[in-house]
Amino acid sequence: MLAFKLAYKNLVGAGLRTWLNVFVLSLALVIIVMTWGIVEGWNVQAKHDMKEWAVGGGEYWNEKYDQYDPLSLNDGHGSIPPEIAKLCSSGEAVPVLITQATAYPGGRMRNILLNGIDPSQQIVKMPTSVMNGDTSVINAIIGTRMAKATKLSVNDMVSIRWRDAKGTFDATEIRIAGIFHSNVPNIDINQIWLPLDELQKMTSMKGQATYIILKQGMTSAPTVPGWIHKGYDVLFEEFDRVIKAKHASSSVVFLILLSLALLAVFDTQVLSIFRREKEIGTYIALGMTRWQVVWLFTVEGAMHAVLSVVAGAIWGTPLLYLLSKNGFAMPKGSEGYGFTLAEKIFPVYGAGTIIITAVVIMLATTIVSFIPSRKIARMKPTDALRGKAQ
Amino acid sequence: MKQLIFLALSFLTIQASSQPSGKDILNLIDKNLAAKTRIMTAKMVISGARGSRTIEFNSWSEGENKAYTEYTSPAREKGTKMLKMEDKLWIFSPSTDRIIQITGQMLRQSVMGSDLSYEDMMEDPAMANHYNASVTAQDTADNRKCWILQLNALKEGEAYEVRKIWVDQERNIPLKEELYGKSGKLLKRTSLTDVQKIQGRWFPMKMIFKDMLRSGDGTQFIISSIKLDETIPDDIFSKASLK
Repeated sequence: MLAFKLAYKNLVGAGLRTWLNVFVLSLALVIIVMTWGIVEGWNVQAKHDMKEWAVGGGEYWNEKYDQYDPLSLNDGHGSIPPEIAKLCSSGEAVPVLITQATAYPGGRMRNILLNGIDPSQQIVKMPTSVMNGDTSVINAIIGTRMAKATKLSVNDMVSIRWRDAKGTFDATEIRIAGIFHSNVPNIDINQIWLPLDELQKMTSMKGQATYIILKQGMTSAPTVPGWIHKGYDVLFEEFDRVIKAKHASSSVVFLILLSLALLAVFDTQVLSIFRREKEIGTYIALGMTRWQVVWLFTVEGAMHAVLSVVAGAIWGTPLLYLLSKNGFAMPKGSEGYGFTLAEKIFPVYGAGTIIITAVVIMLATTIVSFIPSRKIARMKPTDALRGKAQ
Repeated sequence: MKQLIFLALSFLTIQASSQPSGKDILNLIDKNLAAKTRIMTAKMVISGARGSRTIEFNSWSEGENKAYTEYTSPAREKGTKMLKMEDKLWIFSPSTDRIIQITGQMLRQSVMGSDLSYEDMMEDPAMANHYNASVTAQDTADNRKCWILQLNALKEGEAYEVRKIWVDQERNIPLKEELYGKSGKLLKRTSLTDVQKIQGRWFPMKMIFKDMLRSGDGTQFIISSIKLDETIPDDIFSKASLK
């Protein structure tokens, strides 16, 4: 207890030097918590958006379909089995049919995917109901990224060419009935959405689908021959990998930041021991063992971390709170990155992250404080008292 | 009166017998154009919204299943090589120093920005194997009297369900072709001009391909020299020749 009291008095007595170290450490703490919060916020938001816009409560894929293999689209479709058809008719699932095609916006050739979906579906957030409009043409919807890339606007007509299930070409003109804005690029970039029955007719794939989207919250998924249920573990696999990579790259930055802060603590400790030799000699002369003095200096150094946690809480809490309320704006053009990313990320701070970060900073500071303090154990008390131990 | 009817019937019979069947015309075209091997130097003039550009190349082909093309100009495309073997297509790009196989969605991409896609190049040109031909009318194309041949796919799954070909009545060579989608929409048009006699056969030295859904004036394919039925070494048609 004596060591803590002495350490606190010495720290406060050191004045500006102490508070500078405390501020630098608290800065590291707040930045680490904020960055983890942003990555976690991105993770939570992106998964939420993906569920809302694309994957619902999970999917059934035709056994020959693989979303990462465009070649699988030729064979990766089949008749919707009765078990799933029942879910579709009760509004608990929606089938999607995909086929490769070429679009000619403004007379330019562009490879695209045609996606057929029931316009009256309520499973995903896409405004498919607008495809129910004018029945004299095929109505389609596209995302903002696709609209920007193709310079298409609502009510524009665009030619598309595709091959049917047997491989015969056909072409027609479709009307862009709506443009939606979504943070999920997979449903937007090079994608055109049409009414399912139209695409089934166009491709001679009546009653067929490539995959089925289930309603969010569906807890059980029946086993269906020829169709494979894909849960979030598979559907988010690619995104989880991005987040994991982001965590790893952030850790490097944290390490650099923390190292700089710890370097300041280390320097302070070295300077303290050098300037306070007589004080060290006096402690030993008054009956403290050399290791008790080492402990005193270590506690003194480690207390920087304790104070930094307090300081970080004082100035960091309102800042982090404001950030979580107002969000962190992503740079312009981030839409085209190719992964789910909102225009604004609202950080999510986990108690675990804050505690672990604080503990790591305290442990690291203690170790960094102890390393130069070991020198005290090798000092001769008489030399120390005369200020000639080093 | 009876004599008049007899004369009219006789005339119609003569007319009918002078019009060959669609199948005969297709066979005549194949006979005229088919060669065991072809070695040619040619260029493609691709017209687009931002002007036109010319790509020159040398090409070797054997039958319908083996073809090797080496691009010689412009500098950006020089050294690019393409190999077609049966239903597979590989391309070598000197800038990346890699050979890639063109498959799936990539086959639908245009060749060097032209109106031709890779899958157009993969098509089997022996149409008699795939289409039922009938003569539907007579017309003129390139100031020559032509039969209009309508080709209907023999079975489902042909790339184009209906084709129309304008065939020179005298030289048995197509002068124009139109490709239609399943719904009857015109998708592509090809004009064949500058017909010359090459080693005893009539051969079009200039072709203009036009993707009708795409803007621009299409792609001109101009043959500057062609040799038919010459021996081509086997190693030309191997992946080793790509590098």
